[in-house]
Amino acid sequence: MKVQTGYVAGVNGNLIKVDFDGSVRKNEVGYILVDDKRLKGEVIRINNGEVSMQIYEMTDGIKVGDAVEFTGELMSVDLGPGLLTQVFDGLQNPLPQLAEQCGFFLDRGVYLEAIPDKDWEFTPTAEVGDHVKAGSTIGTVPEGLFTNHIMVPFTLKGDDWKVKSIKKAGTYNVHDTVCTIVNGKDETRDLSMVFTQPIKQAVSCYEEKLRPSEPLVTKIRCIDAFLPVAKGGTFCTPGPFGAGKTVLQHMQAKNSEVDIVIVAACGERAGEVVEVLKEFPELIDPKTGRSLMERTIIICNTSSMPVAAREASVYTAVTLAEYYRQMGLDVLMLADSTSRWAQAMREMSGRLEEIPGEEAFPAYLESSIAAFYERAGKVRLEDGTISSITIGGTVSPAGGNFEEPVTQATLKVVGAFHGLARERSDARKYPAIHPVDSWSKYTGVVDTDRMEEARAILIRSTEVNQMMKVVGEEGTSNDDYIIYQKGELLDSVYLQQNSFDPIDQACVPERQRKEFDRLYDAMMQTYDIADKKDIRAFFNQLRQEFLDWHGTEFETKEFDAQEKKITDLYMSKVVS
Amino acid sequence: MQKVYTKIDSIVGNVVTVRAEGVKNGDLALVGDSYANVIKLDKDIVSLQVFAGAQGVSTTDPVRFLGRPMMVSFSEHLLGRIFDGAGVPRDNGPALTENMIPIGGPSFNPAKRVLPKNMIRTGIPMIDVFNTLVESQKLPIFSISGEPYNQLLSRIAMQAEVDVIILGGMGLKYDDYMEFRDTLEKGGAMSHTVMFIHTAADPIVECTLVPDMSLAVAEQFALEGKRVLVLLTDMTNFADAQKEMAITMEQVPSNRGYPGDLYSSLAARYEKAVDIEGAGSITILGVTTMPGDDVTHPVPDNTGYITEGQYYLKSGHIEPFGSLSRLKQNVNGETRDDHRALMDGMIRLYAQYKESLEKKSMGFMMTEWDDKLLKYGELFESKMMDLGVNIPLEDALDLGWDILAECFEPNETGMKTSLIQERWPNKDALN
Repeated sequence: MKVQTGYVAGVNGNLIKVDFDGSVRKNEVGYILVDDKRLKGEVIRINNGEVSMQIYEMTDGIKVGDAVEFTGELMSVDLGPGLLTQVFDGLQNPLPQLAEQCGFFLDRGVYLEAIPDKDWEFTPTAEVGDHVKAGSTIGTVPEGLFTNHIMVPFTLKGDDWKVKSIKKAGTYNVHDTVCTIVNGKDETRDLSMVFTQPIKQAVSCYEEKLRPSEPLVTKIRCIDAFLPVAKGGTFCTPGPFGAGKTVLQHMQAKNSEVDIVIVAACGERAGEVVEVLKEFPELIDPKTGRSLMERTIIICNTSSMPVAAREASVYTAVTLAEYYRQMGLDVLMLADSTSRWAQAMREMSGRLEEIPGEEAFPAYLESSIAAFYERAGKVRLEDGTISSITIGGTVSPAGGNFEEPVTQATLKVVGAFHGLARERSDARKYPAIHPVDSWSKYTGVVDTDRMEEARAILIRSTEVNQMMKVVGEEGTSNDDYIIYQKGELLDSVYLQQNSFDPIDQACVPERQRKEFDRLYDAMMQTYDIADKKDIRAFFNQLRQEFLDWHGTEFETKEFDAQEKKITDLYMSKVVS
Repeated sequence: MQKVYTKIDSIVGNVVTVRAEGVKNGDLALVGDSYANVIKLDKDIVSLQVFAGAQGVSTTDPVRFLGRPMMVSFSEHLLGRIFDGAGVPRDNGPALTENMIPIGGPSFNPAKRVLPKNMIRTGIPMIDVFNTLVESQKLPIFSISGEPYNQLLSRIAMQAEVDVIILGGMGLKYDDYMEFRDTLEKGGAMSHTVMFIHTAADPIVECTLVPDMSLAVAEQFALEGKRVLVLLTDMTNFADAQKEMAITMEQVPSNRGYPGDLYSSLAARYEKAVDIEGAGSITILGVTTMPGDDVTHPVPDNTGYITEGQYYLKSGHIEPFGSLSRLKQNVNGETRDDHRALMDGMIRLYAQYKESLEKKSMGFMMTEWDDKLLKYGELFESKMMDLGVNIPLEDALDLGWDILAECFEPNETGMKTSLIQERWPNKDALN
C-alpha cells in the first residue's frame, strides 16, 4: 500500500496544519519528518481540505513544507505478554529503556517497542476447526503471577472465523505466528502473541455488562465502611493541593484487593511517580507473597512532558485495563489527575479556536469525561467469567472549589465521591475525606443500617460543634455534649487512619467489621456522667484505648484483651 | 546565505508578521536590531514575537532569520556575571558567544530520577527545623506584596551550602535588583552566582525568557556535577507576562484572563528541579506574590499543585501553619534523633497557644495552662520565628528544648519520656 503523504502548511504551538492529497482518516496517526526525526501526531480535524494534527512532541524546528507521513492506523497501543511491571509514557514508550538509549532527557521522536522482545512458554487452548471471534482465547503463557491469555485481536470483524492451524505447546518468540485463522471468504490472518488496539475505542468483547455489587476492599476504613467503592464501579477524589490526594491514591494502589493495578500519573509531579517506582518493587503483596510491582503498570506522563501525550495517557491506561479484564481479572485503574487531562483538552480546543464553554473548557468536556468513566464496569465474558475494571480519578479543582466544570462533570457520572477537605488535612486528620459531604452509591463491608445510624450521629455531632462555637461549652446540654463527643470518637478512631503505621495502614474487612461493631455498641449506649470535664476525660480515655487497639495485630490475644478492656471501660459508665 | 525581508505585514502588540519561506518554528530572528522568535507559522506568514517590544518597529524594518533557536552561552565565565532576559550583559562585561546551548530543552526522564535525600542548610530555624529544604526540591515562597521576600531569598542564597546560585529576576524593581547585587557582592557569593535580571521597566517578552535562560544554564551546571540553587522572583510577574502576551495574541483566556496552559508552562519550569544520579542537582526556590493575599488566585493555586510544598511569608515571618515542605520526611529522620519529635511537639503547642490567644482576646478566663502557653508562644515567635535568627540546625534544636524547659514541666510537652531524659536541659527537673 502506498504511504499517504502531505506537507506542513502551518504551525501553532503543538497544532500543525497539513496539506494532503488522497485520503486521510480522522484520528489516524501521522509522522512529521523533521531533520532526521519522525514526530508522532494524531489527526484531530479535517477542515476544507486541510488537516489539523496535534503533535505529541515539542514542535520547535518544524517548518512549512516539511513532509508528513500518514499511517492509516488509529492511535493504538500494543497488547501482549510482558506489559506488567513496566513504566510507560502516555504513548506507551517504556521509560527505562528510553533512558538507556537517550540518557537523562526525553529526546523527541524516539519511539520504542512496548512489548519486550522475548520468548514465552505457549500452551494452545484452541484446536484446529474451532470457531473464534474477537477476544477469543487461543492459548496461554505464564507471566509472573498470572496466566496471560493470548487472544484474537479485539478489532477482528466478522464471526465466521475458524482456526486453520495452531502451534503446539512450546517456546516461541512474542512476535512469532502462533495461530492462523481463516474465514468463510477464505481470507486468512496470522496471529502472534501481540496485537494492537486503538485507545479511544472501548473494548466490547463481552456477553453483558453487570451491575457492580461486590465491594472493592481498599483496607481504608473510611472508604470501605462509609464511602465504599464497588468492583466495576467508579469514584472520584477531588481536593485542593496539599490535601493528600496522591498519598490516598498510593494507599489504594498498594492495598486494594484486585488482581491488576494500573496507575496513570497524568500531568502531575514526576517526584511522586519516583516514589511509586522506588517503593512498589520493595513492597510485598500479603496475598501472593510477591512484589507489588508484579501486578502493577505505571503510565507516567508528568506535568512537564508534552501536553498532547497527556491527553492520550488516560486512554492508554484504560485500554491496558481492558486487556486484562478480557482475561477475567479484576483491574483497578487510578488516574491522577483527571483535571490535567481536561486541561490538555482545553489547550487543544483553544488552539483549534473552538467556541469555549465554561472556564474555556471545550463543550465536549462532559461527554468526554462520561465516556471515559463508562469504560469501567463489571462484565460477564463469553466463557462465563466475571471480571471488572474499577476507575478512580483524582480531580484538582482550581482554588479547591468543587463548583468548577471538571469536578461537576465528574460527579455526574461516578458512583462514589470522596471529597478531600483542606480543613481536615490542616488538622492532620488523614485520610482527609470529608465524611459528611462525600457520598457513595455502593454497599460497603459493614452493615448498612448501622453505618447510617453512626453517620447520623456524626452529622448531629458536627451540628452541635457549630452551635458550641457560638454558645460555648457552658451553653450546651450534657446530652448534646455527649453526642458531640461520640461523633468525635467515630472520626478519630474509625475514619482517621495512620498510613505510616505498619499495622493500622491496612485494615482487613473482618477487622473492620469487628472494630465497627464494638464502636457502634459504644456509641449507642446512654452514659451516666454528670460533668462535662468528666465526659471529656471519659471519651479521651476511650479514644486512647481504641487507638491502642489499632496498634495490635488482628486475631491475637492482645487484640481480644484490648477489646475486652474497651468494653469494660464504657460499660462501667452506662446508665444502669 | 541570509535573506533579508523588508516588508512587515502587521504589527500587533509585540507580534509582527512577515511573509517568508523555509522558516522553522521557534527560530530566532532579528527585527531591526532587536531579537525576536518565531511563534506561529501559517503558510508563508511568519509570526514573530519581538523581545524588546514592537514599539517603534516600522513596516520596512529588515527581518533576518538566524536559522537557530534561542540560545544562551554556557561556560565557567558566566559566574559572577549579570545578564538581561535576552542574554545581553547588564554589567558592562563582554558578551559571551561560546558554547551556545538551546533554552527550554526536553523534560527529564522520570525513570532516571532518584529520591531526594540531602538537606540544604539555610540557618533559618523555621526552614531547617520545621520545613526542611531538600536538595532538588521545588518550593515557592507565597507572599503578599510588601513582605521581605527578596531579603529572605538573598539570605538563603548567601547561606545555603550550594556550588552555584542562579538568580532569575522577573519584573524586579530596579532597587530590588541593586539590593540583590550589593548583598551578594558584599557577602562574597557573587563569584559563584549568575544573574538573569528583567526589571519592571524592561520589555515584557524578556520576562518570559528569564526562567528558561536560568534553568538551561542550571541544567548544564548540574550535569557537570554542581549543586545548583535557582532563585526565581517573582513568578507571578512571569505568569502575568504570559497572560499579557496571550491576550494580545487573541488566545481564549481560561481563568481570570490567564491562558489555558498556565499550569503546563509553570510546570515545565518548576519540573526542571532534579537530583541527577552521579551528577549534580537543581533546587528551585521561587517567589509567588499572592494578589490580595488570595491563595486561590490562579497563579498561587496552580503553583501549589506543581511544587513540593510552600513557605508562607506573612507579617515578616514564615508561618508555621500553611507552610509545608513535602520532602522533609526524606531528610529529617537522619539529622538528629529528636528532630521530628521536637518539630511536631513544638508546632502542636504553638497551635494551642493560638487557641489560648483567641480565648484571651474574647475575654475568657485564663487558666494557669493558658498562661504557660502564652509565655511559650511569645518566646517561640521572638526566638524561633524571627527571620533575623541565624543559627545552625543543631543549635536551633537545642534552643527549642530551652524554650520548652523555660515554659513547661517535662510531662506537659507531650514528648516521649526517653527523649526528655536525653534532651531536657535542666536534668534536676526530671526527678
